[in-house]
Amino acid sequence: MVTLKHPALAQPETRTTSWARPLARFMQRNGAGLLFLTPAILVFAFFVWYPMVYGFVLSFQKNAFYGTPSFVGFQNYLFVLHDFNFWTAWRNSALYALYGLLIGYLIPIVLAVVINEVRRGQGYFRLAFYLPVIVPPIVTVFLWRYLYEHDGGLINSLLSLVHIGPQPWLQSPGTALPSLVIVTTWANMGGTVLIYLAALQGIPAQLYEAAEIDGSTVWQRIRHITLPQMRGIMLILLLIQLIATVQIFTEPYTLTNGGPDHATLTVMLMIYQYAFASGNFGAASALGVILFLVLVVLSLGYFGITRRFNRGVE
Amino acid sequence: MQQTIRWRRRTMRQQDADSYERSIVSALEWDKPSFKVARWVMFGLLLLGTTLTVGPLLWMATGALKPAIEIFRTPPEIWPSTVEWSNYVRAWQQLNSLRYLLNTAVLAAVAVVLQLAVSATAAYSLSKLKPIFSNVLLFFFLSTLMVPAIAYLIPQYFTVVHLPIFGISLINSWWAIWLPEAANAFNIIILKSFFDTIPNELSEAAKIDGANSLQIFLRIILPNSLPALAVVSMFTIFATWKDFLWPLLVLNDPNSQNVSVSLYQQAIAQNSYQPLNVLLAGFVIATIPPIIIFLIFQRQIMRGVVTTGLKG
Repeated sequence: MVTLKHPALAQPETRTTSWARPLARFMQRNGAGLLFLTPAILVFAFFVWYPMVYGFVLSFQKNAFYGTPSFVGFQNYLFVLHDFNFWTAWRNSALYALYGLLIGYLIPIVLAVVINEVRRGQGYFRLAFYLPVIVPPIVTVFLWRYLYEHDGGLINSLLSLVHIGPQPWLQSPGTALPSLVIVTTWANMGGTVLIYLAALQGIPAQLYEAAEIDGSTVWQRIRHITLPQMRGIMLILLLIQLIATVQIFTEPYTLTNGGPDHATLTVMLMIYQYAFASGNFGAASALGVILFLVLVVLSLGYFGITRRFNRGVE
Repeated sequence: MQQTIRWRRRTMRQQDADSYERSIVSALEWDKPSFKVARWVMFGLLLLGTTLTVGPLLWMATGALKPAIEIFRTPPEIWPSTVEWSNYVRAWQQLNSLRYLLNTAVLAAVAVVLQLAVSATAAYSLSKLKPIFSNVLLFFFLSTLMVPAIAYLIPQYFTVVHLPIFGISLINSWWAIWLPEAANAFNIIILKSFFDTIPNELSEAAKIDGANSLQIFLRIILPNSLPALAVVSMFTIFATWKDFLWPLLVLNDPNSQNVSVSLYQQAIAQNSYQPLNVLLAGFVIATIPPIIIFLIFQRQIMRGVVTTGLKG
C-alpha cells in the first residue's frame, strides 16, 4: 500500500469508504506505537490495574474464595476496626518505623560522610557495607535467628566475654521488635550508603573552598554545607524508608510470626494472616485499603510539611 | 605505605589538573598532625564497622564447617576443631540445592528477557513513537508506583488463581512469577529517561533509509542503551533471587520453588530435622551465586543504585 505513505498523491486512485482513510492515517501515525505498548498494557491490566480495582471491590464483599461473593457494605471495615489486634498492629508498625529511623536513618549518613572523607579503602568499604544487601533475605533472617540464639548464639556468647548475661532478644516482648529492626537495618543499610556517597560526591568543591577561606571549622562546614546540600535526598529517603518499613514482611513472619505476645504483629502480617490463615479475604482487602489510605495521607502530609519547611528556609 | 604514597601522588596530580574534587576537609588540612590522627581513627572505626556486616557472614560460612555441637559455644570459636567439608556436600545433596538454584536461575533469566520485552518496548514507544494517549498511559503506569504492592497483594493472588478472560490458574506455574514481575513501572521510567537521551536524528536517519519501528528499536535504540538495560537486568535478577512472599503464595510444589521459598520450607516446615551445620552450608550455597554476580557486575549495579535511588 504505497498509497498510505503519500495520501495526497494517491487520492485520485483510491476508492476507499469515508471512514477507512482516516483510520488508515490513524494507524500509520499510532499503529506501531500502540503495538509496542501492547505487552506492557496487557501485563499491567491483568496484574496491576485490575487487581487494584478488584481489591477495592473485594473489601466490600464477603468472599470465601469459592462460591459467589456477596456485597456486605462496610462490614469488613467494621470487622477489621473492631479486631482486638488492630491497634496493636498499627502501634507495632509505627514503632517499627520509629525504631528503624532511630537505628537505621542516621548511621548511613554518618558512614557515607566518613567513607567519603577517609577516601582510603573506599572500594572495600563500599563492598563490605553493601554485602548484606546481596544476601537473600531468607538467609539473612535465619542467620540472625542463630545469632540471636539464647544459649550460645554468637551475640550472647560475645556478650558473655564482657560478663553480660544472655539477653532474650527475639523471645521477650520488650526486645523482639528492636531486634527485628536491627536485622532490617543490617540488611538494607548498604544501598542507602551508596546513594548518600553519590550525593556527597555531587556537592561542588567550591562551596567548601570558599567556606575554608572564610575560616570555618570542619563542623561548621558539615552543618552549613554538607547537610543542607544533602537535604533533598535525605528527605526523600526518609519517606521511602517509612513506606518500606510498613511493608516489611519477611522478618516478622519468619523470625517471630507476630509473637511473643503480639509484640511484633505488624499490619502487613495481619493482612497475611486474615487472608491465608483465616481465609477472610474481605477483611484482608479492607485492611490493605486502609493501609494504602494511611500511606497516601502520610506521603501527602509529608510533602506538605517539607514544602512549607523549604519555603521557610528560603 | 605504598598505598599512602600512591594516594598522595594521585591527589597532588589531581590538584595540579585543578580537577581534584575536595570534600569537607581539604588536602592542606589533612597534612596537620591532628587531622592525620583523626583520619586513622576513622579508618580504624570503619574497619571495625565492616566486621559487623562481614562478620556474621563469616560466622555462617565457618559455622557450616563445624561439627553441630560446636556452633553454639561460649566463648565462640573462630575456627572449628575438625573441619567438616562434608556438611557442604550434604547440604548440596539433601537440601536439593541444584534443583532450587537452577529454578531460580531460570526464573531470573526469563524474567530479564520478559522485562526487556515488556518494559523496553513500552519505554521505546513512550519515548520515541509517542502514539495517541501515550501521556495518559504514562500517567497510569506511573501511578502504580504510588500504590504499595501490599494493597493489591490479595486481589493479585486471586487473579493468578483464576486468570480473568482465560479462566486458567497460574498457581505452581512460573508464569505466576514472570507476568506480574514484568509489570514494573520503575523499569519503564528508567528506560524511558535513558531513551530520551538518544538523539532523534539517529532514528530519523534510519527511517529515511527505510527501517521500520521494530528495526529501529532492535538496531539503534537497544544497542545504544546497554548501560540502562544492564541496570534493569541486574535489578530484575536480584529481585527474583530475593523474592519471598509472592513465590511462597504461588509456588507450592517443592520442585518448582525458588531459593528463598525452598530454603524456608526445608529449614522450617518439612525437613527441620536437618542439622544446623548442614542448613548453614545450604545458606552459604544460596548466597554465593548472587555474590558472584555482584562482583562481576559491580560497576553497573553501583551505578544503578545511585542513579535510580533504588536499593538492589
